[in-house]
Amino acid sequence: MSKDIRIKKGLNINLVGAAEQTTIQAVSSNVYALNLDDFHGVTPKMLLKEGAELKAGEPIFHNKNEESMRFVSPVSGELVEIVRGARRRILSLKILADKEQVYHESKPVDLDKTDAAELRETLLMSGCWAFIKQRPYDIIANPVKTPKAIFVSGHNTAPLAADVDYVIKGKEKEIQAAITGLSKLTPGKVHVGVGDTTTSPFSQISGITLHKVSGPHPAGLVGTQINKIDPINKGEIVWTVSPQDLVIIGEYLLTGRFNAERTVALAGSSIKSPKYYTTKIGAEVSTFLYASGVKEEKFRLINGDVLTGYKTKPDGHLGFYNNTVTAIPEGDDYELFGWTKPVFNKISSSRALTFSWLNPKKKYNLDTNTNGEHRAFVVTGGYEEVFPLDIYPLQLLKACMVKDLDEMEQLGLYEVAPEDFSLTEFICVSKQPHQQIIRDSLDLLYQEIG
Amino acid sequence: MGLKEKMHEIKLKYQGKKMAPAFNAIHTFLYTPNETTHSGGHVRAVDDLKRTMNTVILALVPCLLFGIFNTGYQHYSAINGFPENFSIWEHFITWDNFVLGAITVLPLVIVSYGVGLLIEFIFAVIKGHEVEEGYLVTGMLVPLIVPVDTPLWMLAVAVAFGVVIGKEVFGGTGMNILNPALTIRAFLFFAYPTWMSGDKVWVHGAVERAGTADAISGETILGYLAQGNTQEMYAKYDLSEMFFGFIPGSVGETSAFLILLGGLFLIFTKIASWRIMVSAVVGSLAMGWIFNLIVDFGWIPEYSKFYGLMSFEFWKHLIVGGLAFGIVYMATDPVTGSQTNKGKWIYGFLIGFLSVMIRVFNPGYPEGVFLAILLMNVFAPTIDHYVVRGNVNKRLKRLKNATILPDTVDGAAAELKAETV
Repeated sequence: MSKDIRIKKGLNINLVGAAEQTTIQAVSSNVYALNLDDFHGVTPKMLLKEGAELKAGEPIFHNKNEESMRFVSPVSGELVEIVRGARRRILSLKILADKEQVYHESKPVDLDKTDAAELRETLLMSGCWAFIKQRPYDIIANPVKTPKAIFVSGHNTAPLAADVDYVIKGKEKEIQAAITGLSKLTPGKVHVGVGDTTTSPFSQISGITLHKVSGPHPAGLVGTQINKIDPINKGEIVWTVSPQDLVIIGEYLLTGRFNAERTVALAGSSIKSPKYYTTKIGAEVSTFLYASGVKEEKFRLINGDVLTGYKTKPDGHLGFYNNTVTAIPEGDDYELFGWTKPVFNKISSSRALTFSWLNPKKKYNLDTNTNGEHRAFVVTGGYEEVFPLDIYPLQLLKACMVKDLDEMEQLGLYEVAPEDFSLTEFICVSKQPHQQIIRDSLDLLYQEIG
Repeated sequence: MGLKEKMHEIKLKYQGKKMAPAFNAIHTFLYTPNETTHSGGHVRAVDDLKRTMNTVILALVPCLLFGIFNTGYQHYSAINGFPENFSIWEHFITWDNFVLGAITVLPLVIVSYGVGLLIEFIFAVIKGHEVEEGYLVTGMLVPLIVPVDTPLWMLAVAVAFGVVIGKEVFGGTGMNILNPALTIRAFLFFAYPTWMSGDKVWVHGAVERAGTADAISGETILGYLAQGNTQEMYAKYDLSEMFFGFIPGSVGETSAFLILLGGLFLIFTKIASWRIMVSAVVGSLAMGWIFNLIVDFGWIPEYSKFYGLMSFEFWKHLIVGGLAFGIVYMATDPVTGSQTNKGKWIYGFLIGFLSVMIRVFNPGYPEGVFLAILLMNVFAPTIDHYVVRGNVNKRLKRLKNATILPDTVDGAAAELKAETV
């Protein structure tokens, strides 16, 4: 059964440097790292000390507030460093990998016999729980709460992001296992949104409600699909899992091994030959970055796509949730009369002496320049053109900025994650940090209402 | 060392200092800053507030140029009489018209920008924020909506009032409730009424010559109508003159044709809201049509003081006076107007509707658009409030059917699952 979702509002940002669909095995990294910022809202409590030997899939720390929620090592080796920041907050954990990988083996899960409580326990203990996110708040799912539905977006419309169909091809068995398992945890449905032009591996999966999604970005964002399929009300919980994480969950359920391997798209205009690499979560980016070559000296390396990712360095590590690494030129230069002269080489949602509307298929080479300075909100009506959710984006952002909790709730903050505001942020003439505003407000709301 | 490096060096030198905003304003005028993204998305679209404002100014340039010529044309033709066979090249675009217009209009522009930007700079330095671009448009609008002979000192006082009370006290660009340009216009109108209305202020030199032997009159079309001199008006101006703007009036607002072009340009560039423009036009047509009907039904006698304006064909309201200019350039101000798309329809419609209503009923000054827009500026947040409430209520209604599931501590979800299956 499939239902079609057609997104009209939005904006496709076509960038130069899409990854070519060939996959290369990346050189294995010496050091792997878990970036603790990936686990937003989790207070880590270490289970191991520096110098401890561990196997792949062995727990390193758990969530202080929810001890059953464990986080495991992607590789076997030695925990060499706990990197701390201000007030001894843990920033990242570094593991020196063994040459020969050893797995922390546990019994495969018999999905026919396991009940929900048992499965939940298994997922929590195995470290697979970290892949399950919940809305509201866009944090790792609270295991105590029951979701009304689970959403998976098998369609990626973000600029230069990894092609989901390509990345998960051949992993149908694992995905089926993960879907069968996860659907035990909700009385509701598992909704999967896929693109309407290609045959997604999801079409062979049973136990899901398939939705064909078409239209410009943010059609591929899970938040857009939730809003169109079954929007979240106050008090309701939904879970979201990304397809490449379903593979890891599924493999664990089938084999009892936590296999952190994933296919990563290395893309962006600063990359000489962008393609896909097979590597593991936490691998050093340089292990595959230089295999593709870098064009210029000053480039921005991003863990994730250009709209929602975070900055990293060649000696940084692949994020826990990312399957895209992007490199684009830094734009830290001045441009004479850049604010007034006609512009042909950048993207605009207006037509104010900007000409990207003339050729919507053209691919652009954007850099990281903000193209203007931070200002108060002035222009109205623009965000609505790229924001397909049934929410007033400007009014919600303003409610967030003045910390009006009631208003935030009523205007739909429960339904959104920061990534849903990535496009409004992109086109914002006042260069306001939309995603940051939403993140801070979600944290505030979680703290106050929970 | 190039200018770019020099500016960069100075920027670093003044960073964090008191005068930094003033310097940055000049620097960012010359160069887009070298700022890169650090939170959220890593790439940004090309438009910034400067480009947005600049586009509005571009849309105003034809009105300004026309205003300059028209100032000269109105003056000379009031003295010499109106030419019988009007030719745009022989009578309108002439060196004389241009010179007279330029020496009359450009000082208004200079005073408007000079005083306004000076105040903006002072506030930026005091408050330590960047100089914002809002005044770039306001500064251009102001000289275009005042009578040509407005004394410069009056304009300076009004601009100071408008910028400080109309904008800065609310927190600057983006925060103001009333349109600053209209605040300035309203200040002038209420503080110096004799200079802002009547039959002597619309043509350059008419005030000076008043009472002398070679006095000239500069009645506007609306002025004629308000006094019931309908025949006289029609004898003097034909439809094309009204449409193309060879009539007396505030500097930039006479040419409906150029305003139309400017409006289309703003709609095309997506800088101004087409919803507001369209609904304001509809609103003014509706009100004008109602008045026409009243006349048609004979409810208003011909000697009534309202007869002239009420009998004026409804669509002609759009091509005379400041209505078109107000709709295109001022009602669409995103800060003071309605901010929701639905709200924009209501907001625009009421502006058009009220403009024509005030135009007909205002005894002192037969123009209503600036009062209508200011009034609706005040109501815009209320309109938005109700529009947004609609969305909130939709969400509340949905909430009634929400599936709030029990916590799963004892496998309650599993039981629920069993039940639902």
